[in-house]
Amino acid sequence: MHALVGENGAGKSTLMKILYGMQKPDEGTITVGGDQVTFSSPADAIALGIGMVHQHFMLADNLTVLENVVLGGEKLYGIGARARRKIQEISDAYGLGVRPDVLVEQLGVADRQRVEILKVLYRGARTLILDEPTAVLVPQEVDALFDNLRELKAEGLTVIFISHKLGEVLSVADEITVIRRGTTVGTADPRSTTTKQLAELMVGTELPSPETRESTVTDVPMLKVEDLRLTATDPDGVVREVLAGIGFTIHKGEVMGIAGVEGNGQTELIEALMGMRDPDAGVVTLDGADISHAATRKRREGGIGYIPEDRHRHGLLLDAPLWENRILGHVTEKPNSKKGLLDLKAARQDTERIVREYDVRTPGIEVTAASLSGGNQQKLIVGREMSHAPKLLIAAHPTRGVDVGAQAQIWDQIREARHEGLAVLLISADLDELIGLSDTLRVMYRGRLVADADPATITPEELGSAMTGATSGHLEHDENGESR
Amino acid sequence: MKKFDKDRLILGLAGPALALVVAFLLTAVVLLLSNLSPLEPYRLMIDQIQFTDVQVLIVNQTGIYYLAALAVAIGFRMNLFNIGVDGQYRLAVMLAAVVGAAVELPGPLHVLLIVLVAMAVGASWAGIAGVLKTTRGVSEVVSTIMLNAIATSLIAWMILPANLGVRPEGSNDLNTGIIAESGWFPGLALDGGTIYGFTFVAFALGIVYWFVLNRTRFGFDLRATGASESAAQASGVDAKKMVLTAMLISGAMAGLAGMPMLLGQTHTYSLSFPVGVGFTAIGIALLGRNNPIGIFFASLLFAFLDKTAEGIGLEGYPKEIALIMQGLIVIAVVVSYELVRQYGLRRQQQKVGEELAAQARKKKEVAA
Repeated sequence: MHALVGENGAGKSTLMKILYGMQKPDEGTITVGGDQVTFSSPADAIALGIGMVHQHFMLADNLTVLENVVLGGEKLYGIGARARRKIQEISDAYGLGVRPDVLVEQLGVADRQRVEILKVLYRGARTLILDEPTAVLVPQEVDALFDNLRELKAEGLTVIFISHKLGEVLSVADEITVIRRGTTVGTADPRSTTTKQLAELMVGTELPSPETRESTVTDVPMLKVEDLRLTATDPDGVVREVLAGIGFTIHKGEVMGIAGVEGNGQTELIEALMGMRDPDAGVVTLDGADISHAATRKRREGGIGYIPEDRHRHGLLLDAPLWENRILGHVTEKPNSKKGLLDLKAARQDTERIVREYDVRTPGIEVTAASLSGGNQQKLIVGREMSHAPKLLIAAHPTRGVDVGAQAQIWDQIREARHEGLAVLLISADLDELIGLSDTLRVMYRGRLVADADPATITPEELGSAMTGATSGHLEHDENGESR
Repeated sequence: MKKFDKDRLILGLAGPALALVVAFLLTAVVLLLSNLSPLEPYRLMIDQIQFTDVQVLIVNQTGIYYLAALAVAIGFRMNLFNIGVDGQYRLAVMLAAVVGAAVELPGPLHVLLIVLVAMAVGASWAGIAGVLKTTRGVSEVVSTIMLNAIATSLIAWMILPANLGVRPEGSNDLNTGIIAESGWFPGLALDGGTIYGFTFVAFALGIVYWFVLNRTRFGFDLRATGASESAAQASGVDAKKMVLTAMLISGAMAGLAGMPMLLGQTHTYSLSFPVGVGFTAIGIALLGRNNPIGIFFASLLFAFLDKTAEGIGLEGYPKEIALIMQGLIVIAVVVSYELVRQYGLRRQQQKVGEELAAQARKKKEVAA
């Protein structure tokens, strides 16, 4: 059983798509059972005994388990008694406990996953790829899944397991490969590796340090969040609590960093603070004004700057020229408009200024945002948000996908603004960035703020272990390398 | 930076030009396959332009298409596909005609009332689709098609003499009664006929459309929502409200599409009122790239094809050629615009790269 770990965007899914024939590699070879192979479609991969269990199940709800399993594989064992026998046989052999005649819509998440696994085995797979199989399961279900996987292994099957939950990986895998930014950065033996070492490998430490030591924190609260709670309905119709009991205060001149493995509620927290999602409970106060349920535009006018996580989806109009992108998000504010009418001249002039001051590399302001490189797009966004003298800056992964030079520049700008009393909520997957820029640190896990730490003393490894849920409470740096 | 603007203009014209050439060639192929001369019909159509009555017909039809296409374009600008323009237009003109015939007011007020009723009816009919989309997530494509069918039945029922209709003596063409002369919109009398006065209002609305979209906050929000709903939402646009507002405006504009004829010629709504204007308008808006000037020329072209096709029928050529041509234009437009867009984007990225490289070289030279 081989585990593949890495941060989101490290290239895990791309690699799996290549192995399953959904994408073609530019270079390199794939060897299955000693033979070098090339896949041009998933059918080729299936023919060689490679099966994929997707993170999002691909089952037809209104069909029975039997029908779902034979769907597309009718030629193998027919669709009648023979198929039923085969299913029962596989189910018994690996202890899957699948009932062939139940409608899929009546099954829970864990059962559906077992149906997916059975579907793959039914097609004769000898190598199983599981894409983040535990993301949707509760701990007991995870244990049951791992028992199933061990059965498979005992029968001589190969399992490739993708995850970023380090504890699980260590408990189940025989070998671990860590990838970061599209390359293998190391392999680890789970018997002799700790979660901390793994986290270190996963996050990496070769970036320029975003140190910021002299404190500018005041005691004037800028953003106060109390008991924020948010629920969301997932595609299966189940209502889940994505944020619970969130409470914190960011003061003027303070940078608060939130660490956490992606998907633990950071995106939802930002969207709740920006007014893109309406919280179920809790109070959000910005500079003394209650904005818990205010519209996004009101919040922006009220002084929230926003550097979104996904700049293409939330920060830019890709087909629009730069000066229109400069207006985006601040259309009601100066210099972009006066009394409901746009002031194109002033907006263009101000775009020229941003391009100059924030070193956006572009031949002009009439080119579309799509034609700039990612780093320059990001500089434009940072420049735009800083130009409206924000009271609070919400920065999500502000330097993601940005080259090293631009990264240092963006850090400088955040630091500078902080001097002038800006409060910053920083969310990042880059632990060095978090530790280097933040005045206070919180750790988010499963929709809750579970731990806090002092960035002056904490190490990325200690933070990493809290991110996996291994530790909680106040994290204290321990000279012996242990955190409690 | 001027260079990029010129590029954009050339690319902007390349799309429609390519589409028209392709549509022209394909139509010629259709003619050849039917053993007809592939060029003669075009010559005949162009010959027609010299007749003043044909000119007037074309201009009048252009105004009608222009309004309907603006209605479609407002939806397109925010990624809404209002297929219901036809239903909105017919229902609006009918009810406006009913109200217009029922009252008598001093001149301008009477006309204004008719226009306002038409806008309100069009807006509310489109608004149903808007409300369904924002509250229940119903695709506006489906709901507006359904609403078209409902509008057809509703009109057929309402125009019965037992309800709102009137049967003119010696005719089976039911109508809604004649509007008094105070509710007529004066036109421009020429040798070949009268140009509907409302045609000029239509063109003026093109300017309003341009101004609102490009120079106001509201227009920016609308365009931003069309370009990227997620980005617009993050920027503070209330997407649901925007969907509803855009549908209402689109419907109101659709309601106006019947005004040139109602106020300038028929002065009543009857079952022989043109049907399908809203569908043709979808093709026109596509060809005109949702741009008020582009839509003007597209309307003119479609009106030209419509009105001159009558003439070639007399020469033994099927007048359906115009319809085939219109259909082919729409298909060719969709393909050619995407090709041109992709080409333009690649080209711009290349240029940006080149210019940046050149800047960097210059800096180095200065430093050295």
